[in-house]
Amino acid sequence: MAAGLATWLPFARAAAVGWLPLAQQPLPPAPGVKTSRGDEVLVVNVSGRRFETWKNTLDRYPDTLLGSSEKEFFYDADSGEYFFDRDPDMFRHVLNFYRTGRLHCPRQECIQAFDEELAFYGLVPELVGDCCLEEYRDRKKENAERLAEDEEAEQAGDGPALPAGSSLRQRLWRAFENPHTSTAALVFYYVTGFFIAVSVIANVVETIPCRGAARRSSREQPCGERFPQAFFCMDTACVLIFTGEYLLRLFAAPSRCRFLRSVMSLIDVVAILPYYIGLLVPKNDDVSGAFVTLRVFRVFRIFKFSRHSQGLRILGYTLKSCASELGFLLFSLTMAIIIFATVMFYAEKGTNKTNFTSIPAAFWYTIVTMTTLGYGDMVPSTIAGKIFGSICSLSGVLVIALPVPVIVSNFSRIYHQNQRADKRRAQQKVRLARIRLAKSGTTNAFLQYKQNGGLEDSSSGEEQALCVRTRSAFEQQHHHLLHCLEKTTCHEFTDELTFSQALGAVSPGGRTSRSTSVSSQPMGHGSLLSSCCPRRAKRRAIRLANSAASVSRGSMQELDMLAGLRRSPAPQSRSSLNAKPHDSLDLNCDSRDFVAAIISIPTPPANTPDESQPSSPGGGSRAGSTLRNSSLGTPCLFPETVKISSL
Amino acid sequence: MGAVMGTFSSLQTKQRRPSKDIAWWYYQYQRDKIEDELEMTMVCHRPEGLEQLEAQTNFTKRELQVLYRGFKNECPSGVVNEDTFKQIYAQFFPHGDASTYAHYLFNAFDTTQTGSVKFEDFVTALSILLRGTVHEKLRWTFNLYDINKDGYINKEEMMDIVKAIYDMMGKYTYPVLKEDTPRQHVDVFFQKMDKNKDGIVTLDEFLESCQEDDNIMRSLQLFQNVM
Repeated sequence: MAAGLATWLPFARAAAVGWLPLAQQPLPPAPGVKTSRGDEVLVVNVSGRRFETWKNTLDRYPDTLLGSSEKEFFYDADSGEYFFDRDPDMFRHVLNFYRTGRLHCPRQECIQAFDEELAFYGLVPELVGDCCLEEYRDRKKENAERLAEDEEAEQAGDGPALPAGSSLRQRLWRAFENPHTSTAALVFYYVTGFFIAVSVIANVVETIPCRGAARRSSREQPCGERFPQAFFCMDTACVLIFTGEYLLRLFAAPSRCRFLRSVMSLIDVVAILPYYIGLLVPKNDDVSGAFVTLRVFRVFRIFKFSRHSQGLRILGYTLKSCASELGFLLFSLTMAIIIFATVMFYAEKGTNKTNFTSIPAAFWYTIVTMTTLGYGDMVPSTIAGKIFGSICSLSGVLVIALPVPVIVSNFSRIYHQNQRADKRRAQQKVRLARIRLAKSGTTNAFLQYKQNGGLEDSSSGEEQALCVRTRSAFEQQHHHLLHCLEKTTCHEFTDELTFSQALGAVSPGGRTSRSTSVSSQPMGHGSLLSSCCPRRAKRRAIRLANSAASVSRGSMQELDMLAGLRRSPAPQSRSSLNAKPHDSLDLNCDSRDFVAAIISIPTPPANTPDESQPSSPGGGSRAGSTLRNSSLGTPCLFPETVKISSL
Repeated sequence: MGAVMGTFSSLQTKQRRPSKDIAWWYYQYQRDKIEDELEMTMVCHRPEGLEQLEAQTNFTKRELQVLYRGFKNECPSGVVNEDTFKQIYAQFFPHGDASTYAHYLFNAFDTTQTGSVKFEDFVTALSILLRGTVHEKLRWTFNLYDINKDGYINKEEMMDIVKAIYDMMGKYTYPVLKEDTPRQHVDVFFQKMDKNKDGIVTLDEFLESCQEDDNIMRSLQLFQNVM
């Protein structure tokens, strides 16, 4: 990205002109431009590969880059060729378009790269030839879907980060929706799953005939009637748990109306209602028939498992999304059943003792035959009936087989999407950490450079030459820009550590207890530098205490802390240069009074404009560089050790 | 049996979309959706010729070539919109929030208020800022500060600009940024610029005050070299 950014550098520098009238201090001089950065006229052509074609060929399409005068911008007079720094393989397709009039889509290239090339050369994607158009569209759609998933996953992936100060309700809801966020939620999740299983098994076992005791062996009873108490207790326990869970969910739901209407809550209600109705309804024979029917609904408890199993949810979602295919399947089946049932009825009408008593009766035969079940309880006996029966079974195979592939492919697509989403979520943390690291690299490069004393144009040149790593021209200009901004606003960029230290100095009372506990730590680093002014040691301890406090803030800050630990001996090396900020910091550290601390802070802005450069802490900060950026050179380590020994 | 046949055939068609007759109208619906998306492809803008631009600006042909190549690489469509501006600035000033200042800059670049900056606008503005006379540069800066383009800078506009600049510094500064630092800065500025103390700064007052200030005059020469 640095290459792309370098393009905009003149723009950023020019826009800095807008700061000039506001600057209260003189702005630093610009870095000298050594060589003209300009034209990297390497080898002319598309990245080195020569393409030769007639001018007329290119003129065929005057509204593209190559066909218009826009290509003059890419003309290199020295070599007499047009140079494009683009992919030569893709360029081949672009040039073929001019030659043949058809734009083909390369099979093995990424569709987005191809799109970018088309955009650069001014070709609209509609120009893709018919032979490749369908595939181009398919791949583009797939890509778009995947990118949309990525964004969704990024946004949804912030789920685990709960905003601080959320109410009990919000936390409860989150625990219900994402059981892996806390152990209590996980326990609850498994407990409910267990009870669902217990309830379903109990319902099933209830109906198994138990071999009764010897006296009653004549009549076999289902287990439910032999041990009514036990089953009743189990049922009660399960229903209590389900009711409790339902009420908790109802309480925690952010939108109760929507929750009440959702499928899962309906299933919950249907699962527990029969029990309560059974309790309320008195046990008389008239109503018990209906009561028994209600018991059937208890089997819906098994649907509660869909909260626990993602596969079930995917299945449900697939069925929902294939609604049109399923509808078609049903419709065509119905049509076929009616047709064949009618035919079979009339074919078998003449036979006596026939099973085909009416057309609806023939429906059963048709369904059994079309799905190739063939129970054999209804068979045609006439020849015509047999002929039509065989046609029925053959067509059944065809009609059912047709929509099934669509449903299956839908299911597999959704299932794989889910797999990918899960995998991505698992890798998300690592990815984010890496991205943050890369970003912090550029952010901290300037701060690092400042501490290396690079902004000093004073006579301490040799150390600079040793320790300041050579930066590219772009980096020089970029740092100059940041320095100009600092001068305009009379504030300096710092990192979080020093910032929190400056803030932390406002309330020194709270920190002292922690500082004593970590006071043993700095000794290891402090031993490097012999001067042990107690004031400085305390300041260092406070800084370390702050760094310890900031450890909890995440992985990026860990690096800061490590760098901070190494950097802390810094202020002690060049005491003469540090005179002014040293005083001001001491002022902050020593002030016990809260009010005094607030008053003391405004003084630094009065101080810093006077000194032209920020203090250069000298040697100690070098070590921090190796921790931050691998690209920062090791040559900086040696000067550090040399310097410290010279103290 | 039917299910077995179904899965067998589905295994064969796993790579391709199912054949036309069943899901054909389903597929057509998807195609129409994509067509709508493709219609929203970028507007492509091509700049005027190299000679014209060379005549209109203070850049040489070579410099224009370099500028354009970079520009075209970053924005193949030939125009920059405000979001891109903000992104660019966010990368140059990662410490703080550069979007507000980028917004004001964009309005200053986009002289025709079309919502997008073409290469000609870009190069014209750069030419003024980097190679223009002191007068031109100051006038451009005045135009930048004058947010509503009414020809006067009042305290609110200046406050917005200064706040935007301070936003770019970010949170972690030394010394710690306080609430009224921008306001103080604006007061100092107005004290210097507003000659007749009427609360607004006109172009003439601005030009006069800047020309009196040596610091500013010297700094204006800083950004001569682009590349």
